Amino acid sequence: MDTTKIASTNGTTAATTGRPSPLAGVGTWADERLGLATAMKKQIRKVFPDHWSFMLGEIALWSFVVLLLSGVFLTLWFTPSMAEIQYEGSYDQLRGIHMSEAYASTLNISFDVRGGLLMRQMHHWAAMLFIAAMLVHLMRVFLTGAFRKPRELNWVIGGVLILLGIVEGFAGYSLPDDLLSGTGLRIADGLVKATPVVGTYMSFFMFGGEFPGELIIPRLYIAHVLLIPGLILALIAAHMLLLVYHKHTQWPGPGRTEQNVVGYPLLPVYAAKAGGFFFIVFGVCATMGGLLAINPVWKYGPYDPSKVTAGSQPDWYMGIAEGLLRIMPGWETHIFGVTISWNVFLPGQIAPVALLMMVLAWPFLEAWVTGDKREHHLLQRPRNAPTRTAFLAAMITAYGLLWAAGGNDILALKFNLNLNYITYFMRVAIFVVPVLVFFLARRWCISLQRHDNEVLLHGYETGIIMRSPEGGYSERHLPISTERAYSLTARDRDVVVPDPQPTDGQGVRDKGYPVRKLRARLSQGMFANNVQKPTTSELEEAHHHAEHEHELEHASGMDRPADGHQFDGHADHTPDEAPLRGH
Amino acid sequence: MSDHTPSTVPSQGDGHGAQVATMHEADPIADPGVHPHQWRPTDVDERAAKRAERQVASLFGLSAVFAILFCVAYFTLEIGDNHDTFLGMGASTVALGTSFGAALLLIGVGIIQWARKLMGDQEIVEMRHPAHSTDEDRDKVLADLKTGIEESGIVRRTLVRNSLLGAVGMLGLPAVVLLRDLGPTPGQVVGEYEGAGLEHTLWTEGMRVVRDVVGTPIKASDLEVGDLVNAEPAAIFETDEHGEHLIEGVELQIAKSKAALILLRMEPDDITPGRGRENWTVDGIVAYSKICTHVGCPISLNERTTHHLLCPCHQSTFDLADSGRVVFGPAARALPQLPLAVDEEGYLVAQSDFTEPVGPSYWERG
Ligand code: HEM
Ligand code: FES
Repeated sequence: MDTTKIASTNGTTAATTGRPSPLAGVGTWADERLGLATAMKKQIRKVFPDHWSFMLGEIALWSFVVLLLSGVFLTLWFTPSMAEIQYEGSYDQLRGIHMSEAYASTLNISFDVRGGLLMRQMHHWAAMLFIAAMLVHLMRVFLTGAFRKPRELNWVIGGVLILLGIVEGFAGYSLPDDLLSGTGLRIADGLVKATPVVGTYMSFFMFGGEFPGELIIPRLYIAHVLLIPGLILALIAAHMLLLVYHKHTQWPGPGRTEQNVVGYPLLPVYAAKAGGFFFIVFGVCATMGGLLAINPVWKYGPYDPSKVTAGSQPDWYMGIAEGLLRIMPGWETHIFGVTISWNVFLPGQIAPVALLMMVLAWPFLEAWVTGDKREHHLLQRPRNAPTRTAFLAAMITAYGLLWAAGGNDILALKFNLNLNYITYFMRVAIFVVPVLVFFLARRWCISLQRHDNEVLLHGYETGIIMRSPEGGYSERHLPISTERAYSLTARDRDVVVPDPQPTDGQGVRDKGYPVRKLRARLSQGMFANNVQKPTTSELEEAHHHAEHEHELEHASGMDRPADGHQFDGHADHTPDEAPLRGH
Repeated sequence: MSDHTPSTVPSQGDGHGAQVATMHEADPIADPGVHPHQWRPTDVDERAAKRAERQVASLFGLSAVFAILFCVAYFTLEIGDNHDTFLGMGASTVALGTSFGAALLLIGVGIIQWARKLMGDQEIVEMRHPAHSTDEDRDKVLADLKTGIEESGIVRRTLVRNSLLGAVGMLGLPAVVLLRDLGPTPGQVVGEYEGAGLEHTLWTEGMRVVRDVVGTPIKASDLEVGDLVNAEPAAIFETDEHGEHLIEGVELQIAKSKAALILLRMEPDDITPGRGRENWTVDGIVAYSKICTHVGCPISLNERTTHHLLCPCHQSTFDLADSGRVVFGPAARALPQLPLAVDEEGYLVAQSDFTEPVGPSYWERG
C-alpha cells in the first residue's frame, strides 16, 4: 500500500504559509507582553499516554466543572435564610404552610423557575458523580502503584479532595432545609455534642445557640458556595500542575520505559478527547437531571424538629458513617461526673477518618518497607503487588459492609430479615470478612502471577486439543507475541529485606533493632510469596523445548494461531499482516 | 517455583537522590520498541475520510437542532402547576433535560469521533526528567538562603527574632477571640427564653399535654389501650389577643426539638414502673421524650405488641413499659420520661419538666 503521499499531521516541521497568519499576529502581540512562548513551548505538544483508566480522574474534574456551572445558576434564586415565611408559590400541597426561606426558595427553583428543577437535579447528580469518580480514581491510583515517588504529594492532595468533596456534599444537601436535610443536621449536632470536653460549646458555636438556631444555613451556604469550592479549586489546580510537571504515568509495554512517555500530543488529540469528554460528562449529567428524580424535597416537607420519616437515608457517600453509627454497641462511660459517648464519638468522628487515613498512609508504609527511593513512572498491574491489592480489596469490603449496615433497615424490609440479627452479624463481619477477603485476594493475585509465567514460558492456550499417537490428549500451546511477552516481563523483581542481626559485629546491641526487625518482617509478609518473572535462562530453556515440539507439529499445520481457519484452506493471513487498524 | 521467589539482598534503600527505576539489568526479554504506526482507513482512503467528516459534521448539526428544541421546550411547556405530568417530574424538566443532554452529548461524541478518525494519530515519545532540580541549582538556592538569613541576622539577633515570634504568636489570640461571638455558651442561654438550655425544655408543672399539629388537649379517656400519640406542650400553640403565636420562628424550632413527646396507653399491669416513678403514669398512659438519646432523631416507630419504640435513624429500640430502657441499638441511655398527672378539668398535664436532659449525651451531662 502506498502511504507516502499521505500528509501526517504529526510532522515535526511547521507548515509554512505565504503571508503571516492572523494566529501568528495574535500570538506575537500576546508574547511581547506575556512571554508565553517560553512557558508554552513544551506544553502544546506535551505527550499523554492513553488508557481507559486514566479517564476516571477526568470524570471527577469535569463533574466539578458541571457543579460550578449549575451551582452558580442555583445561587441566582436560592435564599440562604432560616427566617420563617408562608409559602405562596406554585406547589399546591404546601401553599400556606410556614417554612424557612431556604426551603421556600428551593421550591421556587423547582416549580417557578424554568429549568430550575433540571439544574437542581443536575447539580445533585453531578455531586454524586464527582465523589464516586474521585473514589474510583483513588482506587485506580492505588491498585497500579501510581502513588509511588515522585507522586506522593498528589496522592495526599487527592485524599484531601475526597474529604472536602464529602463535606461540600453534606453542606449542599443541608441547604434546602427540608425534613431530611434537617434530620441530617440534627445527627451532625449529636455527633458534635459527643466530642469530649468541648462538644456542647462546638455545637452552640456552630448553630449560633441551641440547635437548630437560625444561623446554620447561612453559614453552610457561604462554606458551600465559596469557602470549600475555593479550596477544592486550589487543590485541583495543584493536582493538575503536579500532573503536568511529573508527566503522566504509563503502562509498561514496547517502547515505554521509566525514562520516556509515549502517547498522543496535547494538541490536537488529547485536547480533543478531553474536551469531547467534558461535553459527554456534562451531557450525561443533563440527561440524568432531566430523567431521574433526585432529592424531591417537596415530598419531605419543611424541617420540623419533632418529625422524621421512616427509612430516612443520607446521600450514599455518607453511608459508611451511617453504617458505623448503626452497628456500634451502646457504650458510654460515666466517670468523675462527665460522660464519654464512645457509641457516637468513635463511629461518628474517629473511625471514618481513621479508615481514610489508613488508605492514605499505605504508600508511605510501603515506601518505608521497600526502602525504594527511585522514581517510578511505569504502572504496576494489581496482581503484581498482591499485598497492596489485597489491602484495598479488604478496605473496599469494609466499605461495602458498612454501607450495607447503613441500610440495615432497608435490607431487613426488602429481604424480610430480622433487623437485630443483621446488626449482630455486621458487628462480627466488619472485623472478620475483610481479613478473609485480604487473604483470598492475595492468593488470587499470586495465582494470576503464576498464570502470567505459564504463558511466558509455555505459550497461551489455543483451545486446540491434540491426540498423540499413544492416544493421550493435550492442549496445543503457542508462544505469545514478543510485544506481549515484553509487557509481561517489564516489571521489577521484588526485593525482600532479610532479618537483621540483633547485635553488630562487635557484639554491641543495635538500638534500631526492633524497628529494623519490624521492617524486615513486613517486607517478608508483603513480598516473600510473590511470584517473580522468569529469568533469561528459564525463558530460553522453555523456548528451546517448544521449538522442538514445533518441528514435530509443523507438518500437521498446527503451528499457526487458532483463528478457526486452520482446516478450511482460508488460513492465509496472520495477525501481523493485518493491513489496517479497524476503528 | 522456588527460583521465582524474590531475591534477598542486604537492605537496600539507603540510596540518596532520585534515581529512576531501571529494569534493563534483569530484563529477560529485550524491548521490541514502540509498535510501528498503522494507517487507518480514513488516512489512506479519501472517500472514507470524507465520510467521516460528514459523519462528524452531522453530529454537530444535530446538536444544534437539539439546542433549538431546548429553547422551544423552554417557551412552550408549563412548569409548576403540572410538575408531575411526565415521569412524575413535569414535561418541562424532562424535555429540557433530554434536549440539553443530547445537544451536549452530540458535541462530545462528534469531537471524539473527529479525534479518532481524522486527527493525526501517530504516537510520539517524550523523554522524562527526574523531578528534582540539578545539583548546582540546589546548591545555589541553599547558598542564597544561607546568605539571606545571615544578612538578616535572624540567627544572631535572638532578641529581635524571639520578640517577633512572640508578637506574631499573640496575633493568634485576636484571631481566636474574634470567633467568640459565633454563639452563646450553653450556660449563657439559660433563662433567655422559655425552656432554654441543654437541661430544660418547655415543660413545666401543670403544662397541658396537647396533640401535635392541632394542639388540642388530651383526656386520659380519649386514648384506647395501644394508642400512640405525638404530643407537644400547650405553650407551643398559645396565641396573643391578635391570634399571633407567642412562640415562633427559631424559638419554636428549638422548643420542638426538645419538648416533643410520645404518649402511649397500655395495660397498667404491663408497666414496670421505675423506682420513684410509680405515680408518673395516668391510667396506663406513659409519656416519654420523642428525642432519641443516641444522636437526637425524633423517634416514631411503635411495635404494638411489645411496647417497643424504634428510632428510624439507627434503630435504637426503647422499652416504654420499662422506663424507656434501651433494648437494642447504639443508644446508651433510656428515653427520659415525663411525669404525668391530670388537671382539674381532667386533661393530661406534666408534673414538672423532664428530670434529666433530653436528647444525645454530652460531656458535662454527667
Ligand atoms: C464539590 C462541589 C459541590 C458539591 C459536591 C455540591 C453538592 C450539592 C448538593 C448535594 C446540593 C443539594 C442539592 C439539592 O437540592 O438536591 C447542593 C445544593 C446547592 N449548591 Fe452545591 N455542590 C458543589 C458545588 C457548588 C458550587 C460551586 C455552588 C455555587 C457557586 C453551589 C451552589 C449550590 C446551591 C445554591 C445549592 C442549594 C440549591 C437548592 O438546594 O436548590 N454548589 N450542592
Ligand atoms: S438517633 Fe436514634 S438511633 Fe441514632
